[in-house]
Amino acid sequence: MGKTVLLIEDEQNIIEAVSFILSRDGWEVKIHANGHDAMDAVRARAPDVVILDVMLPGKSGFDILSEIRADARFADLPVLMLSARGQARDLEMARRAGADRYMTKPFSNAEVLDAVRALVPT
Amino acid sequence: MSQRSMIGTRIRQKRVSSGLRQSELAKRAGISPSYLNLIEHNRRRIGGKTLLQIAQVLQVEPASLSEGAEAALLSALQEAAGAHLTGAAGSAPERDRIEEFVGRFPGWAGLVADLARRGGRLERTVEVLTERLAHDPQLAEALHEVISTATSIRSTAAILAETQELEPEWQMRFHRNLNEDGQRLSEGAEALMRYLEGAPETGTDIKSPQDELHAFLEDHGFHFPQLEGWGAATRINAMVAGAPMLETTPARGLAAQALTQYVEDARALPLDQVQKLIARHGPGPDALAEATGRPLAQVFRRLAMLPEEVAGGPVGLIVADGAGAILLRKPVLGFAVPRGGAGCTLWPLYEVLTQPARPLRATLRQADLRIEALAVAEEIRPAGFDRAALLRGHMLLRPPVAGAAPERQVGTTCRICAMGDCPARREPSILATGV
Repeated sequence: MGKTVLLIEDEQNIIEAVSFILSRDGWEVKIHANGHDAMDAVRARAPDVVILDVMLPGKSGFDILSEIRADARFADLPVLMLSARGQARDLEMARRAGADRYMTKPFSNAEVLDAVRALVPT
Repeated sequence: MSQRSMIGTRIRQKRVSSGLRQSELAKRAGISPSYLNLIEHNRRRIGGKTLLQIAQVLQVEPASLSEGAEAALLSALQEAAGAHLTGAAGSAPERDRIEEFVGRFPGWAGLVADLARRGGRLERTVEVLTERLAHDPQLAEALHEVISTATSIRSTAAILAETQELEPEWQMRFHRNLNEDGQRLSEGAEALMRYLEGAPETGTDIKSPQDELHAFLEDHGFHFPQLEGWGAATRINAMVAGAPMLETTPARGLAAQALTQYVEDARALPLDQVQKLIARHGPGPDALAEATGRPLAQVFRRLAMLPEEVAGGPVGLIVADGAGAILLRKPVLGFAVPRGGAGCTLWPLYEVLTQPARPLRATLRQADLRIEALAVAEEIRPAGFDRAALLRGHMLLRPPVAGAAPERQVGTTCRICAMGDCPARREPSILATGV
């Protein structure tokens, strides 16, 4: 069984595409499609890496990341953030919230794969 | 560098333009040529009698030598030099030689000052536009939609193009996704263009979800007979899905929430019961709340959503969240309510958010209009030790009753309010300053 990615993203077609490329690369992909109870999903899935969208229904990715970092068990959990916003202040917010990588949409499949592989060396 | 030292430069300019040699001017002004040379190069201060004599010879007003357009130019260049600590090539402008620059190359100096001024104006314009873009929620949402769709298309297309031996069911799924995303991208791009261009002639410019909800509620007169009585909740989805005014998913979501609230209020205060109580006690919300044991905010909503003949007269309602944003507006009697954002801070609607347990009654004067306002805050999530309560302000509007409540002057929203000296003003009015 490969390592686990938890993809927290609400756009269905992005979920399908990213899940496909990660699965083909040997990752076990778990999906969570809203911000409300994303932290519960992190606790329940205990993934090796999280891909976290910033704009989610219910709660922003920045808030979810803060919750992840506030839990000692997940303080070092690698998190790749995805966002349509690429301004310097957004990157700074992501860095402050504890993101390991911040990727601006639209991204290529190779960029996502490279980032995830870099965050979780196999 | 003093303004006074510029006088020499001006003297030289006037002398040259008059066709006088330095020695001739010196002689006629009663000073030595070498002294005039020092003056013209701003190496000697000049004033009083000598300045008057030189001005007389040059046939100009003394003031034109000691002040003039150069002063403004000098000031503009000093400002430009201050704004740019280093020049384009990395070197700082020679601030100690500004006067010489102005004196020797007045045309170039004027051009530099003009470019600096235009640069400053453009920077301010860019700053304002950037700020507007960053804080325009409709534009941000439209852009987010387009970028998200583009992301999906890029990723899906790459899978189809690069994956060898892709199973037919995956091929079909990704083709279907591409088709969906293509449609979404097209709609999103069109909506974005309409927004950016204004496109008033199309009549279909981007509306906020709140605008769509408002149009939907207004179209039904804020009353839904099909949601009165049992089984109403099961009809909400079909009503929302079948409403052509609700064009976007967020608007349909808001409408579903509003109708769910309507059904809850109708269950708590059934139509026949409300009619009997109004006939017995009159349309006062406090009497209805007391007779039914229902919260004032719920009574407000129920009265506002009833036909005028049932509610005992025209009833308007404004609901706002704790940040002041207006969530629901049912206009009445010409009381002006802004389409988006927050209203006038002086409305009791906002005052009750600071004192949730105390309803307020006031007669509002908005320009020439008088209207009675009853306001109360509703707790939609109670406070806990680690969180504050979430409140919504409700303000019911109805025709004024003479002497029933103290009067207060209020506006609509600062941007279009002409009230002068308002302590609550948060931004200038375009009525005073122009757009």
